[in-house]
Amino acid sequence: MAETLAERPAAPVTLPNLPTSWNLSVRAFRCWLVMYRRTWRSSVWSSVLGPLFYLGAMGYGLGTLVDKNGTAALGGVPYVVFVAPAILCVQAMNSALSNAMFPVYGGIHWNKIYIAARATLLRPADIYRGHLLFITMRITMNCACFVVFMAAFGLIKSPWAVLLVPAAALTGLAFATPAAAWAVTLHNQTPMNYPIRFGSVPLMLFSGTFFPISRLPEWIRPLAYATPLWHGVALCRSLSLGTVDAGSAAINVAYLVALCGLGLWLGSRSYARRLYV
Amino acid sequence: MRARGLTKRFGSFTAVDGIDFDLFRGEAFGFLGPNGAGKSSTMRMLGCVSPPTLGELTILGGNPVRDGAAIRARLGVVPQEDTLDSELSVRENLLVYGRYFGLPRKLINERTDQLLDFVQLTERADDMVEPLSGGMKRRLTIARSLINDPDILILDEPTTGLDPQARHVVWDRLFTLKQRGVTLILTTHYMDEAEQLCDRLVVMDHGTIAAEGTPRELIDRYSTPEVLELRFAPDQRDVAVEKIKDLSPERTELTADRMLIYAADGDEFLKRVRLAGLTPLTELVRRSTLEDVFLHLTGRTLVD
Repeated sequence: MAETLAERPAAPVTLPNLPTSWNLSVRAFRCWLVMYRRTWRSSVWSSVLGPLFYLGAMGYGLGTLVDKNGTAALGGVPYVVFVAPAILCVQAMNSALSNAMFPVYGGIHWNKIYIAARATLLRPADIYRGHLLFITMRITMNCACFVVFMAAFGLIKSPWAVLLVPAAALTGLAFATPAAAWAVTLHNQTPMNYPIRFGSVPLMLFSGTFFPISRLPEWIRPLAYATPLWHGVALCRSLSLGTVDAGSAAINVAYLVALCGLGLWLGSRSYARRLYV
Repeated sequence: MRARGLTKRFGSFTAVDGIDFDLFRGEAFGFLGPNGAGKSSTMRMLGCVSPPTLGELTILGGNPVRDGAAIRARLGVVPQEDTLDSELSVRENLLVYGRYFGLPRKLINERTDQLLDFVQLTERADDMVEPLSGGMKRRLTIARSLINDPDILILDEPTTGLDPQARHVVWDRLFTLKQRGVTLILTTHYMDEAEQLCDRLVVMDHGTIAAEGTPRELIDRYSTPEVLELRFAPDQRDVAVEKIKDLSPERTELTADRMLIYAADGDEFLKRVRLAGLTPLTELVRRSTLEDVFLHLTGRTLVD
């Protein structure tokens, strides 16, 4: 009969050597791809059309009013050009949060992908990083779509914009790594609404997205500088408008990378604590 | 596999309380006990996803905390609750698992065909998992757990929740695996399952091992060859119980609706009951089972 089920020899068993973490993470990632092949259609509309609606309403709708009053405070560009890279970052943040919270929670409570995977040689950290690879792919795809639209509508003013997608993806990942690290610890789903209601909405409104941060009262500005979204927006806007300055960009990137690193460290711990009970 | 003083605590609750056992290659070893006895906690430790609080555990020569992933590479696990991905097809579920183990696509396809044939799901290969019956899902979980050709298969209550026919199909498949030399470790609260499948078993209760041996040894040691089960009308019950005690049986147990009388010869004892002027509503003479062993050891039935 089948070779799989053949009588086994009485040779002593030796434990296999483990592949590298990267290899194991890619295995977990590929399993998300198998699933995505079945479900991608349902996610296309929300992830592509949503940001386009924003761009239409804020950029072109509100923008016509703003432009009438002069755009010196925006750097002299039309409002839609000013706001487009920020909407890109908001989209990166939103797709990071929506991919790194409910599906992570579901990996334990709903479809139990994590529970199934932990019974194999994947370790919790591999499961975490594999899922992050998939989330990064989703963020990158959404951002790339949006950047294509920006280019098509003529909203890109600088060749630096080739770096827009990686910059926006980094911004998204800075949200995704801690969000997943936290979502995996939850025992019910209600708390996942809080980061959206009290986190991403205020961030979207006050991180220099729709108006320059210089319009905020002085005392509140340091708060805005401390948020990851502001760093993402500042970075993407400078790339899109061609106002990049190496020092600021380095600070923005360093901040976002540091947040990713912190998230990765937290996630490796929280996944292990949650999956090795 | 070897465990000494294996203990698992969750906060102040002790789920597994210092158990010792040895497991040998190719045998089918069972953990029999009621819900909450610590069987699933033990299985999670053996599956290397739950570090022991105390004690020593060696699996395939490795330490589950240090070498957990490498040990898991050689294990197959059938969890109590299905963890199949219901958004995928039967075949894709095996593909995903094969990929976790790093098997090449061609080998996964070959094994998938063999395993689906083995668990009699070939016709459903391209169907989604969601509409499958409970028995089919359990068989699919077993097929999935075999994708890496494991040395040890760990099954946590493999037939709980299945109808009798589906249980027999699962038993038949597990028995075939055992004959092919796969080491089986299973938990169950069905004594018939333990008798059918296990070469050796331990009876667990409150996180400890109450007894250990082959099903036959346990029955010989803790029970009589035969059991007489009697039911009396409620108003006669107390009188009957007293009278039967006067007949000096080896041992009696009272359950919710029956009186169990342990005797070497059940028919002979039944005659004596009748001579004493008692007329049971129903009577049954049967051989002793592991249920009787459990009742004797713990004073409780396995399935409440």
